Amino acid sequence: MTLSTLFIAVLMGTVVSYYIGRGRSHSIAKPVGGVRNLATLPSYYATLMSLWALLPALLLVFLWLVMDGSIISGLVRSELPLEAKQLNPDSLGLLMNQIGNLAEGVGTLDALGAEYKPAVDRLIHLNSISATAMPVLVMLVMLIGMILGFRTIKADNNARYAVERVFNAVLFISSSIAVLTTFGIIFSVLFESINFFQKVPFMDFVFGTHWSPQIALRADQVGASGSFGVIPLIVGTLLISLIALTIAVPVGLMSAIYLAEYASRRVRGVIKPALEILAGIPTVVYGFFAALTVAPAIREYGDGLRDWGAENGIGWLATLNVSSESALAAGLVMGIMIIPFVSSLSDDVINAVPQSLRDGSFGLGATKSETIKKVIFPAALPGIVGGVLLAASRAIGETMIVVMAAGLAANLTVNPLEAVTTVTVQIVTLLVGDQEFDSAKTLAAFALGLFLFVITLALNIIALRVVKKYREQYD
Amino acid sequence: MNDKATRLAQTLKRRHAAERRFQWYGRLSVAFGVACVLFLFTDIISKGYGAFTQTYIDIEVTFDYETLGLTPDSTETDVKAASFNSLFRNTVRAQYPEVTDRRKQRTLYGLYTTDAPIMLRDMVLRDPSVLGTTQQLTIVADDDIDTYYKHSFGQDLGEGGVIGRVNPQQIALVQQLHDQGRIHKKFNTILFTNGDSRDPELAGIKGAIIGSLLTLLVTLMLSFPIAVATAIYLEEFAPKNRLTEFIEVNINNLAAVPSVIFGLLGLAIFINFFGLPRSVPLVGGLVLTLMTLPTIIISSRASIKAVPPSIREAALGMGASKVQMVMHHVLPLAMPGMLTGTIIGMAQALGETAPLLMIGMVAFIVETPAAITDAATVLPVQIYLWADSPERAFVEKTSAAIMILLAFLIFMNSTAVWLRKRLERRW
Repeated sequence: MTLSTLFIAVLMGTVVSYYIGRGRSHSIAKPVGGVRNLATLPSYYATLMSLWALLPALLLVFLWLVMDGSIISGLVRSELPLEAKQLNPDSLGLLMNQIGNLAEGVGTLDALGAEYKPAVDRLIHLNSISATAMPVLVMLVMLIGMILGFRTIKADNNARYAVERVFNAVLFISSSIAVLTTFGIIFSVLFESINFFQKVPFMDFVFGTHWSPQIALRADQVGASGSFGVIPLIVGTLLISLIALTIAVPVGLMSAIYLAEYASRRVRGVIKPALEILAGIPTVVYGFFAALTVAPAIREYGDGLRDWGAENGIGWLATLNVSSESALAAGLVMGIMIIPFVSSLSDDVINAVPQSLRDGSFGLGATKSETIKKVIFPAALPGIVGGVLLAASRAIGETMIVVMAAGLAANLTVNPLEAVTTVTVQIVTLLVGDQEFDSAKTLAAFALGLFLFVITLALNIIALRVVKKYREQYD
Repeated sequence: MNDKATRLAQTLKRRHAAERRFQWYGRLSVAFGVACVLFLFTDIISKGYGAFTQTYIDIEVTFDYETLGLTPDSTETDVKAASFNSLFRNTVRAQYPEVTDRRKQRTLYGLYTTDAPIMLRDMVLRDPSVLGTTQQLTIVADDDIDTYYKHSFGQDLGEGGVIGRVNPQQIALVQQLHDQGRIHKKFNTILFTNGDSRDPELAGIKGAIIGSLLTLLVTLMLSFPIAVATAIYLEEFAPKNRLTEFIEVNINNLAAVPSVIFGLLGLAIFINFFGLPRSVPLVGGLVLTLMTLPTIIISSRASIKAVPPSIREAALGMGASKVQMVMHHVLPLAMPGMLTGTIIGMAQALGETAPLLMIGMVAFIVETPAAITDAATVLPVQIYLWADSPERAFVEKTSAAIMILLAFLIFMNSTAVWLRKRLERRW
């Protein structure tokens, strides 16, 4: 019996219990003079009975799936020969994997040795017990649940209270998933980062100016010791984000001002959704656009300028060298991506400025642009700053555009025409493909992830603080 | 007096000029934004429209027993082992008896897709009665030939296009086929019926679309109930205490966590800790669930908030319990807004790439996944993989895949807008 058939069986049992429960409540209602003399509606009795059938069975399945593996491997471990028990955890894990493969009929016992036969046999035996016992036990638990649920159906027992308690519990558990996710992120990233910092000193990571995560495969290999200085990545990330913000902030802000203060209703109705299309385009599309259209165009233009400079004897132009993975291309496209983000956040804060401020300014004879520049903009500034910070956190965490359009080589430079790499690019590059969880290379990705998480979280908290503080001024 | 008036007039002129300038800055910004949208779309469409047609070449193949080394009573195993390669090569060679140079003969075979012999074999396997007969077949052209022919013999490709990859002999051959009327373009069904392939002419997005659907299915099944339950709890039941506040802060912060971090979470927790398999829609769906939850929760809360308190009070006044009030009155009224938020969250999940790279959905997978525990890839990741491929023909395919992805997204988002317009109630 596979897991999915078991699930279907449990669900069918639940539905059946519902109908049994409903029938039962109708039949107990008859002697007391109809459904309205019951403590609650038949559907609540029925729901309670189906919950009795469903929840304990589900819990058992869940526990079984979680505990099964570790209990069995613990039992199998006791069958191992003495010398194997004294192995270190890593080799023991490897050994257990080999035994597991043998139990599934992959490979032969020759590779391990005959002394491991009892362990393999034990594993096969235990696995078969587990596979047959689980469905039987689950169905048994469901049956007991159904009987217990059936017994709760009494005219004077208000089943609604119990059902609503379960309902409330489900709601609470659902809402705690968000908290669990945050903890999951923090623990997974933190835990692996601590492992990483045991291999690479923290100071070397934070203040190192050289990033080349290649680790020597053999001990005698030359020149591949791997260095994990994060400075070039931070500079690259900041460079690209800065280019993006230089595009997105003026354009986004001015469009928001124009649409909020000048544009007619009709123009706004057309232009605003058109700009918001930019927000809905997947980042992989921007990445493709940056890598195949923008980057070659910038390179071609740069080469053209260089040739022109060489012909006309302009020295600094003649040495112009545009990389095909320039930071400029990635930054430009990322800027386009966050335009709608900046404009919609600015739009909100501009609209939140009270009309009385505008009226006062107009009454003093100011033109519209003067009102905007001298009254609305200062009043909306905290909100706009908050929006820009959020946009910056978006730019720093953006992945696909830079993975596709920025380089892999960690150059420590602020020249936007050269190739730089970013934190997110390195996370993806280090983790895509097969990886082992004990090499510094893989763990470095988690350290970078921790760094990214902390930075974006801090930016968000600051931004929300700024926005909140501003809001209180006019309430 | 007069002096002051002229001075004022001058200032006014300057101020009005500044006003006009300011307005133009605004217009230019808006125009820049709209131009970006238009440029992006024209760029993608002009690159990708070609992928919806495919070049085919007609060829007459005689399934000769002798060349194949088969007899009328050969078994399926014999057919599988038969040399369709030499059958195909002989057939092609026979059409150009004047070409004797080996290298030039290889160019002849190269007109067709490298899988042509396998296609012939599959044809025999499907219907053994074709053996010994002569069939008029239409075979997919090689990707370089395809690109060259589709773009009016390379004319509208611009310099440095595919011309460099097609040699003069191939150009002459294509011209000859064209004069004979044996080469023609058809709607590209391969794009929709094939999985991924190393050969651009045989690569399709069916596997990726199914993978995306399975992943989205997992995401929807998990995120919608959890998000709705969370929204109901926070809006209707949660006591105003520190725990509730903590949950709220958490949800808002999660909405701003970069998606790549969710990939790290998926890798460390689901794959490394729980031992779930890599590259499967199940894990992809779990990661995307955690990622889209905040979006759906925030919009669901907004739509619950929009239900006026009078409805709640009326229900409670009629003797309903709090749970009944929520289930029978608040939830149905808030449902359109929740559905809108869910569709938008799903659209976001459909376009997401980075976290799926981390959990290994970038593998090269030819087969179409059939279950949520089969190795699969998704549409955006397929786009990423194709964009990385060096062949010119993959640029076209990538753009076509992007067009399909955008079509899905536009459909989902307009459904959300339509739903909101249609079902929204103003109180």
